[in-house]
Amino acid sequence: MKENYLALEQLSVGYHNKSLIDDICLNVRRGEIVTLIGPNGAGKSTILKTIARQLSMLRGDVVIDGSRLNEMTFRELSTRMAVVLTDRPKPELLTCHDIVAAGRYPYTGRLGILTHEDEAKVDEALETVHARELGNRDFNAISDGQKQRVMLARAICQEPEIILLDEPTSFLDIRYKLELLSILRRMAKEKGITIVMTLHEIDLAQKISDRIVCVSGEHAVRAGTPEEIFHSEVIRELYDIDNGFYDPVFGSIELARPEGNTPQVFVISSGGTGIRIYRELQQENIPFAAGILYENDIDYQLASLLACKVISERPFAEISPETYEQAVGEMEQCQRVIYAGVPKGGINARLFDLVRLAADKGILEEV
Amino acid sequence: MKKNIPAIPAAAESFQHENLRRRSRYTMVFVLLFAAFCVMTVININSGNVHISLDHIVRILFTGQGDIKETNIIWRIRLPRILTAAILGGALALSGFLLQTFFENPIAGPYVLGISSGAKMVVAFVMIVALKYYSTISSYTMIVAAFAGSLASVGFILLVARRIQNMAALLVAGIMIGYICSAVTDFIITFASDSDIANLHGWSQGSFSGMSWESVRIISVVVFITFALTLCCAKPISAYQLGESYARSIGVNIRVFRIVLILLSSVFSATVTAFAGPISFVGIAVPFLIKGALGTSRPIVVIPGAFVMGAVFCMFCDLIARLAFAPLELNISTVTSVFGAPIVIYMMISRKRGR
Repeated sequence: MKENYLALEQLSVGYHNKSLIDDICLNVRRGEIVTLIGPNGAGKSTILKTIARQLSMLRGDVVIDGSRLNEMTFRELSTRMAVVLTDRPKPELLTCHDIVAAGRYPYTGRLGILTHEDEAKVDEALETVHARELGNRDFNAISDGQKQRVMLARAICQEPEIILLDEPTSFLDIRYKLELLSILRRMAKEKGITIVMTLHEIDLAQKISDRIVCVSGEHAVRAGTPEEIFHSEVIRELYDIDNGFYDPVFGSIELARPEGNTPQVFVISSGGTGIRIYRELQQENIPFAAGILYENDIDYQLASLLACKVISERPFAEISPETYEQAVGEMEQCQRVIYAGVPKGGINARLFDLVRLAADKGILEEV
Repeated sequence: MKKNIPAIPAAAESFQHENLRRRSRYTMVFVLLFAAFCVMTVININSGNVHISLDHIVRILFTGQGDIKETNIIWRIRLPRILTAAILGGALALSGFLLQTFFENPIAGPYVLGISSGAKMVVAFVMIVALKYYSTISSYTMIVAAFAGSLASVGFILLVARRIQNMAALLVAGIMIGYICSAVTDFIITFASDSDIANLHGWSQGSFSGMSWESVRIISVVVFITFALTLCCAKPISAYQLGESYARSIGVNIRVFRIVLILLSSVFSATVTAFAGPISFVGIAVPFLIKGALGTSRPIVVIPGAFVMGAVFCMFCDLIARLAFAPLELNISTVTSVFGAPIVIYMMISRKRGR
C-alpha cells in the first residue's frame, strides 16, 4: 500500500470568490496517475490551477505530503511540484535549453548560474522527452508539439515529486500523444512521481490513468478507477452526449446509431467480420439488426451499440431453437441480409440454416 | 527519427560547443562595448569649442599637470558631463529593460509610458515651490520628487493595465499620461517667475550640461546601488520571462517581485529625470540592440550589456548634441529621438516579420 501524497480536503475552487465546484475530496497516492475528465468549462483546469497555487482556494485545504499548501513558501512548493500549463511562454531569443534550464530555478544560486550538474540534468530531461536535438533551437521557432515536449522537459528538470499537466496532449499528433503519455507512465512507475492531469481524450485517459476524476457541475466530482468510471452511461451523462457513444471495452468513441427502430438490414457475422458492415450501415444511416452473435464475440460489443436489435446467444452454447426463431422473425422483416462470413463450428450450425433461408428468399448478399 | 540520434556524447558535445560559442559571443560583445566606451570617452573629452590635444588630455588626466584653463575644462566641465551621460544612459536602458520585463511588452519604456513625464511634472512643481521659499534645491529632493512622480505614473498605468489586457491600449494610456503630465507641467511653468522658467526650460527638454562632481557622486551612488540590486534580480527576471504562472511555479513570489521591478525601474528613470530631464527612446532601443547583439535575452548578460550600451549610446548622442550645431547645443532628447526612433521602428517591423 503506497502512502497518500496529495489530499484535497473539502476543497472549493473558483474565480473571484465565486465558487465553481465545492467539496472536492480526493486522495492521491504517490506514483499514481490521476486524470481529470469532464466537459469544457466544467472546472478541470480550475481545480488543477488551485492545486498548483495559481489560483487561491476558496475553502477547504490542499495537503501535499503532509504540508498544507498555503503554509508552504513558493520555493518549498517549487521543489515538490512542477506544472505544464496550457499557456505557452513567448520569450524572445531563448533557446529550448534555456527554457528547460528554468526548471533548475529552485536549485541554483543567487544569480541562477547553472553548474555542470544542472547542465547534465537539463540534458537528461531533454533526453527523457526525446527532444535532445531541440536544445539549441530558438523556442519560438519550433512547433507546438515540440514546445509541449520542451515544457514537459522543463517540469522534469525541476525534479518534482508531483507534476500537474493541463491538457498536455492538445496540439500533439497521435504519435506524440502516445509518446508523451508513455513518458508520463514511465515517470510515475519508475520514479514514483505523482501525476495529476486533465485530458480531453477520454480513450487515452482510460488507458493511462490509475484513477479518474469526473468533473462537472457544482458538487459532481466523482472519482474511481477507470473500470468504475468508464461505463457508457457514466460517460454519456458526464459529457451530456446525445449524439454518440463511448465504448468502454475498446475505449473508443462511436457516432450515434442509425435512426429508426425497425431494422432494414440483417447482418450475419462473427469474430469481427461484421464491424466494417456495421460502420458502413451507420454512415448511411440505415437501421440494422445483427445476429446471431455470441455474447463474447467482438462483433457483439459493437452491435450492441450500433444495431437497433441484436439477437444473441450465451457464449459457447449451441444456438437454441428459440433464439433461431427470433432471428428468423427479425430477418423476415428486413429487405436485405448481409452475410459477412462466419467460421463453421459444431454449435453454431443453425446460423448456416439462417443463411440458407435468406438465400432461398433471394435477399442474401455476401461480402 | 528520434530513435536514430546516435550517441549521447555527441549531443552533449554539441551543447558544450554551443555553450562555448555563446560565451565567446558574449565576450566579444562586451569587449567591443568597452572599446566603444573608451573611444567615446576620449572623443568626448577631445572635442568641444576649445580643442585640447590628445597628449594634453592624457597628461591632465593621469598626472594632473598642464594648462590651468584646459585642466578646468576637462575636470570641471567635460569629465562630469561625460560620466553623467554614461551613467544615466545605462540607467535609462535598464529602466526600459525592467519595464519591458514587467509589462511583457518590448516597446515599454519610461518615456513612452509617461513615467518620465510624471517625474518631470512633480520635479517642476517641487522646483518652483522650493526655489520660491528656500531659493535652493538639493539633488536628493529632486530625486525623491522625480521618484514620486514616476511612481504616480506607474500606478496609474497599472490601474489601466489591470482593466485592459492589451498591449496597444497600455501604450496609449502611457502616452495620454505623458500628455496630461506635460500639460500640467506647462501650467505650472506659466505661473512661475522668469528665473525659474529659464532654469526649468533647459532641464525639461533634457540635457547633460552643467553637471557638477557633486551630482556625479550622487548619481553614481544611486545608480550603481540600483544596478547591483537589478543584477541580483536577474534570476527571477529570467523566470518571469516564461510568464507569470511558470515563474510562480518555480518559486518566484510574484507579488513581491513585481513591486521590486517597478521600484527599481522607477529609481532609474527618476534619477535620470531629476538630473537630465526626460530622455526619449534610449529605454526601448538599447535593450533591443543588446539582445540582438548578444543573441539572447538572458538577463544575467543583458543587464550589464544594456547598461554599458546605454552608456555608450548616450555619450554618443551627447557628443552629437554638443557638436552638431556648435556652439549651439541641441536637447539630448532631440538626438536620442533621431537615433532611437528609427531603431524602434525597425524593431517593430522585424518583429512582425518574425511571426
